[in-house]
Amino acid sequence: MTELQANAGGSPSAGIPESVSIALVGSGGAGVMTAGNVLLEAAALAGYYALMTRSSGPQIRGGEAAAMVRISARPVECMDESFQVLAGVDWENVHRFAAEIPLATDGLIVGDVDHGDAPGVFAESGACSVSLPLAKLARDIPGGRANMVLLGFVAALLGLPERALRRAVESLLGKRPAAVEASLLAMAAGRVAAAADTRRALLAPPAAAPGARWLMTGNEAAGLGALRAGVRFVAAYPITPATELLEWLSPALRSVGGVLVQAEDELASINMVIGSSFGGVPALTATSGPGLALMMESLGLAVAAEMPLVVVDVMRVGPSTGIPTKSEQGDLNIALHGLHGDAPHLVLAPNSVSDCLATTHWAVGLAESLQAPAIVLSDQFLGQARATIDRPGEPEPTATRSLANTAGEDYRRYVVTPSGVSPMALPGTPGGAYTADGLEHGERGTPSSQAADHAQQLGKRRRKLELHDYGGRWADVEGDGALVVMTFGSTTGPVREALRRLGDAASGIRLISLRLLAPLPGARLAEALTGARKMLVIEQNESGQLFHYLRGSLALPERTTSFCKPGGQQFNPGEIGKQLLAWSQS
Amino acid sequence: MSEKGATVIPVPNDFKSDIKPVWCPGCGDFGVLNAMAKAMARLALRPENVAVVSGIGCSSRIPAYTSCYGFHGVHGRALPTATGLKIARPELTVIVTGGDGDGYSIGGNHFLHACRRNVDLTYIVMDNRVYGMTKGQPSPTTETGWTSKLAPHGTGLNEFHPMAIALAAGANFIARGFTGDPNGLADIVMQAITTPGFSFIEVLSPCITFRPEQKEWKKMVRPGNLSSTADPTLAARQIFADDGMNLGVLYAGERPPYQPPIGLATGSLADLEAAFVL
Repeated sequence: MTELQANAGGSPSAGIPESVSIALVGSGGAGVMTAGNVLLEAAALAGYYALMTRSSGPQIRGGEAAAMVRISARPVECMDESFQVLAGVDWENVHRFAAEIPLATDGLIVGDVDHGDAPGVFAESGACSVSLPLAKLARDIPGGRANMVLLGFVAALLGLPERALRRAVESLLGKRPAAVEASLLAMAAGRVAAAADTRRALLAPPAAAPGARWLMTGNEAAGLGALRAGVRFVAAYPITPATELLEWLSPALRSVGGVLVQAEDELASINMVIGSSFGGVPALTATSGPGLALMMESLGLAVAAEMPLVVVDVMRVGPSTGIPTKSEQGDLNIALHGLHGDAPHLVLAPNSVSDCLATTHWAVGLAESLQAPAIVLSDQFLGQARATIDRPGEPEPTATRSLANTAGEDYRRYVVTPSGVSPMALPGTPGGAYTADGLEHGERGTPSSQAADHAQQLGKRRRKLELHDYGGRWADVEGDGALVVMTFGSTTGPVREALRRLGDAASGIRLISLRLLAPLPGARLAEALTGARKMLVIEQNESGQLFHYLRGSLALPERTTSFCKPGGQQFNPGEIGKQLLAWSQS
Repeated sequence: MSEKGATVIPVPNDFKSDIKPVWCPGCGDFGVLNAMAKAMARLALRPENVAVVSGIGCSSRIPAYTSCYGFHGVHGRALPTATGLKIARPELTVIVTGGDGDGYSIGGNHFLHACRRNVDLTYIVMDNRVYGMTKGQPSPTTETGWTSKLAPHGTGLNEFHPMAIALAAGANFIARGFTGDPNGLADIVMQAITTPGFSFIEVLSPCITFRPEQKEWKKMVRPGNLSSTADPTLAARQIFADDGMNLGVLYAGERPPYQPPIGLATGSLADLEAAFVL
């Protein structure tokens, strides 16, 4: 039998497998997600970096499901372009995942003898197949299930230690001791079956001892970032793929003395958030494209009335209902330009699961200190991917709102200051009463239809964002070559990995991953582009939204081109690497 | 403020700002401003502890005419804004004001859910059965045959029935007042503010510019003709037999307001973070 090769990733140190990708598939109720989560957590507990994404059929419940897990000795921020193992509890409708689970030619397909062969589309890859009596082995164990027998087999191929598997099972099923025991016995049966098999996908040993890492989704990370930053009021309406962020926040807010209100719609969500902010309690809502579209008018109100707030947009495929369960970076245009009038506001984009924490935290501080709404562009991939991350640093102090604590006779809420930021009086402050208004107003907040007041207040609102010192967080700039690859958000992961794999061939390439998209830090960007001969803008949408935004905003290298594709399937390092190689040599 | 010995007794004018209203002379909304000021003074509230929240329309201009904190937001969304404020700052008195178009048409969904949610708010709707700010179009409460440039043959639609809807949706206090009955209206506003939960006041507030016939309302209203009950069945019978001109409190229930605890931590951030540590 041949040895199963993990993906060496084309790195110069080929020979040491860099990562192994496993897809666990089956019909609804087969326990695919449970098995995937156990595998992910066991790998993480064993000291590996691991990342899991999931896919499922259109059915509300009971449809086919796939848990895709990538395990590596070094941080992984995206899925690989090929899978080494496809493990099926059964094969019902699993052919639908063919595009998402490209099997390596030397890969392995594991299935149940009772369910026959895997769909032809997988067998065509050249991967070899092995059939096991999964269901039969499970039946011999009281409470045993085929998914866990399969998992035991896969874990043995990977060489994952039993202790890590036991801890992962206890962590996930701990509330049901009988299920824990049955699962462990079932996994043991799978392991015995694997003992007869000589194929092994051996990974490089873990790079670090466990203990210094966290396991979380981007949605959880964004929620935690909000709480670290002091958000204590959230109002939101359920929407895929932002719902898990809200479901994490609901009890979490309660535990830190905050509140989550389920609003009747997104129009209500954003206005409740504005109300809380007016009262001085830092506030946030989370949504996806359709909800963000509904919030636009009130985001303009927050700009005009200078109310701090944060909207986390977990982007999905649009327009309209689009593909709710798939990722796309297609909301950049509406986030930047969706407000009517001249309405300066903040737009930020985290570029990894762990960055969802830091960037949401940063966004809250910016919104509060600049008294402006901030949109955080996460996406379905970042939000729903569960990943091992290095332990985040201790929370930095959050920038806070400038308050008028001793307002008096002459209090002017919208007084023009050099920074553009005016101290805000909160209800309850004697002498500070003013009316916050979406109508244009003068310095006191009194409605005004005078052109001079309009120009003055527009200028103030623009200036406060332009003059702010955003520090070094505005982008991740890596390398100093004359060829610049520009990207943002979840596309950063595969671009970064592609560059690493190219090794010396990428030495002339500089990566800029923009975290602050509005206001665009023009001077810093110009400086970061110094010496750039040409530039490639990579993003996941059909029209090249970032490319056009940058083209319209500042002077770019003469040979600036766009590489984009619509959502539905994430970029992988392989396809980006090919593109980069061709581009860098052109 | 007028001073009597060492105690400062607030007077209605303490609750008014020096900004001149944009309303037409004779507009009913002046009466609502007066009644609100009177009620707040009688309750000895402090202007800085009151927030008046509104949407868009003639009547929604009220916040800036008070000396309280005000929020004049977007069309139809006053109730959610006020809900967020009250839940975040439960110690404040929050009054929501607006018109029939703002509250029943563009903001209709929020009206239903504000009644149902029962946050401790006072919602005063100045109903003149017309859009005044946009110069005379029919609103949800406009009579079916009323003709206008936008609906030259009338709306052909049944009128919205705000009090019946408020009752069905779960509002805890429901009343009708009239701007021509300033003392009666001030009494109702006082009761609404002091009754916990969501209080809804329908105020007949004539638009003498686009609906001059509403000047006759003062001859048609019947003050004190609604009898207050805590029984929703009795209230329902009363409201379906009503012609819209009976004034008073229809319903005062005892449903506890929705106020999730805020500021009371039951755990810590460190506990939350520990759950992610491998």
